[in-house]
Amino acid sequence: MNVLVFADSHDGMIAKSAFEAVTYGSKIAKDSGGSAAVLTYGTISSDSLNELASYGITNVLHCSQLTDMDPQQLARLLAAASGDQQSELIVFSHDYTGKSVAPISAARLNAGIVSGAIDYPETSAGFTVKKAVFSGKAFAQVKINSDVKVVSLLPNSVGKTKTEGTANVTEFNPDCGAPSVVVKEQKSKGGEGISLTEADLVVSAGRGLKGPENWGMIEELATELGAATACSRPVADIGWRPHHEHVGQTGIAIRPNLYIAVGISGAIQHLAGVNGSKVIVVVNTDPEAPFFKAADYGIVGDAFVVVPKLIEAVKALKIAQG
Amino acid sequence: MNILVCISKAPDTTSKIVFSNGNTTFNEDGVQFIVNPYDEWYALVRALELKESGGGKVTILSVGGADYEPIMRKALAIGADEAIRVDSDTRDSFQIASEIAAVAKSNAYDLILLGKETIDYNGANVGGMIAGLMDYPYVSNASKLEVNSNVGQIEREKQGGTEVLEAKLPCVISCAKGMAEQRIPNMRGIMAARSKPLNVVASCGAGAMTEVVSFTLPDAKGSVKLIDPENAAELINLLHTEAKVI
Repeated sequence: MNVLVFADSHDGMIAKSAFEAVTYGSKIAKDSGGSAAVLTYGTISSDSLNELASYGITNVLHCSQLTDMDPQQLARLLAAASGDQQSELIVFSHDYTGKSVAPISAARLNAGIVSGAIDYPETSAGFTVKKAVFSGKAFAQVKINSDVKVVSLLPNSVGKTKTEGTANVTEFNPDCGAPSVVVKEQKSKGGEGISLTEADLVVSAGRGLKGPENWGMIEELATELGAATACSRPVADIGWRPHHEHVGQTGIAIRPNLYIAVGISGAIQHLAGVNGSKVIVVVNTDPEAPFFKAADYGIVGDAFVVVPKLIEAVKALKIAQG
Repeated sequence: MNILVCISKAPDTTSKIVFSNGNTTFNEDGVQFIVNPYDEWYALVRALELKESGGGKVTILSVGGADYEPIMRKALAIGADEAIRVDSDTRDSFQIASEIAAVAKSNAYDLILLGKETIDYNGANVGGMIAGLMDYPYVSNASKLEVNSNVGQIEREKQGGTEVLEAKLPCVISCAKGMAEQRIPNMRGIMAARSKPLNVVASCGAGAMTEVVSFTLPDAKGSVKLIDPENAAELINLLHTEAKVI
C-alpha cells in the first residue's frame, strides 16, 4: 500500500518522534510493495531533511509556506499530499501535533483512524492495528474498514531503524486555506535537557523525598543517566516541582525504556501515566507500596541512602565503558 | 455565549477491566461509570466559568443509550443548563463525531468543548473530527481559555513548552489540565438537575470506519526482582547487563 508519513518539525529540526513514524511507514510500504513518501513543513535545515531520509524514505515533500502548527491548514496540506501520492495509509506520530492534525485529516479524507498504535498492522484479514486502551490496562485490536486509513503511532513502540539515504526533496506548497489560528507567543518550559515525552530514560520522584530541597540527587542521577526528570501529582500540586513534570492520568503519559520511581507509592492514577514503560524500577521505604507490583526491579530502602549509591554506580559504569 | 460540552461516560479509574463474548466486549457488570474526567473537570467546569463571567448557556451532549443518563444528570448537577442525548450506539470516534456535528450544525454554538481524550479508548480523536467535519478551528490539549469579543485566547501544550494562540469563534477546543478545577455538585445542584431538560434526539445514522476485533489483557507482570539496599549498585549493573536499558 502507498504510505504517506507526516513528520512534524520544531525549531528548524525534524521532531525526534518522526523518525520512528518514518521507520514504521517505510516498512509497511516495503512489505506491501507500495510507494512511500514523507510530508513535512516549516523552515528545516537540509541536514535535518537528509537525516529524515536515513530512516527508509527518501521521497520528501516539504511545505515551506506553513510554519505555525495550524491544524486545519496542515490537514488541508496533508489531504493535498495524500491525493498527489495516491496514499492509502497516512502515518502520524501520536504526539501533540499528531493529536491535533490526524483526526481532522481523517474527517477530511473520510478515513478510519487508530490513534496511539503500538505495533505494525496485521494484514492477513483486512487491516488491524493494536493499541492500548483503558489507560494502559488492556489492548485492543482495531480493524480499519475505510479505503484510506490513518494510524498515529505511540512514540517508543517499534523503535527506529537507521539506514543510508539522501533526501529527494520536492517543494510542495498547495493552497492550504486561510489560517484558522494565530500563534501569538511560544513559551519554552525552560530548564535544560531532555523533553519528558521524548525521553528514553526518566527519573521520577514523589512525596517520599520530603521536600523540594532534596531534588538535587534526583537531578544528578538523571544527568548522569542522560534521563529526563518527572514527578507525581501531589508533588506538583504542592509546588515542589513544576506542573509539566507531572506524569499520571491527569498529567502526561509517557512510555520510556526505563522509568525509575523514587518515593512514589504507585496509585492507580500514577500508573496510568507510566505503565507503558519498558522497565520500571521502584525505590521506596514501604515494602507494601503498590508500585512494587508493577515494577521489574525494586529496592526497599531509604532514597537518601540508595540514590547516592546509584549515582556512584552510574559514574563507575560510565568510566568502565570509557 | 452558547457553549456545547461533549460528555462521554467512562469506567471509574479503579474499575477492574474484564472482557466477555470471546474477548470482544468490555464487561460492564459491576463497573461504576463516571463522567469522563477530562470532559467534566476541564471542559464542563471551564464552560460554566465562562458562562458565569460572560452570560450565555451551557448545553451538554452525549452520544449513547439511556444508560448515559445518570452521568448526564451529574453534569447537569454540576451546573449545565440543559442536555441532549443522541440516541445511538457508540461505535467509533468517526461515528460519534458525525453525530455531534449533525447536532452542532443545526444549533449556533460559539464554542464546542470536550476533554483531551477519554480514559477508556484513549483516542483523542472526536474533537478534531468535529472540527474537520464543521471546518471550525481546532485547538487540542488546551490548558487555558479566555474569550474576548468573539476571539478565543488559548494556551495549548506543545513539545517542550506551550503556545499562546488566538482562534475566532466558533471553534472546537479539547481541554487538559490547567483549564479549571474539579467541582463537586452540591445538594441544590443535584435537586435542580432533576428538572432540567434532557432532550433525546434521533441518530443521524452515521456509520463507523473502524471496529474492535478483540481485546487482550497485558501479560501478568513477573514478580519484582528485589535488590538489597546495601548493594544498590547491583541495580545499575542489572539495568545494563540484564534489562539492557542503560
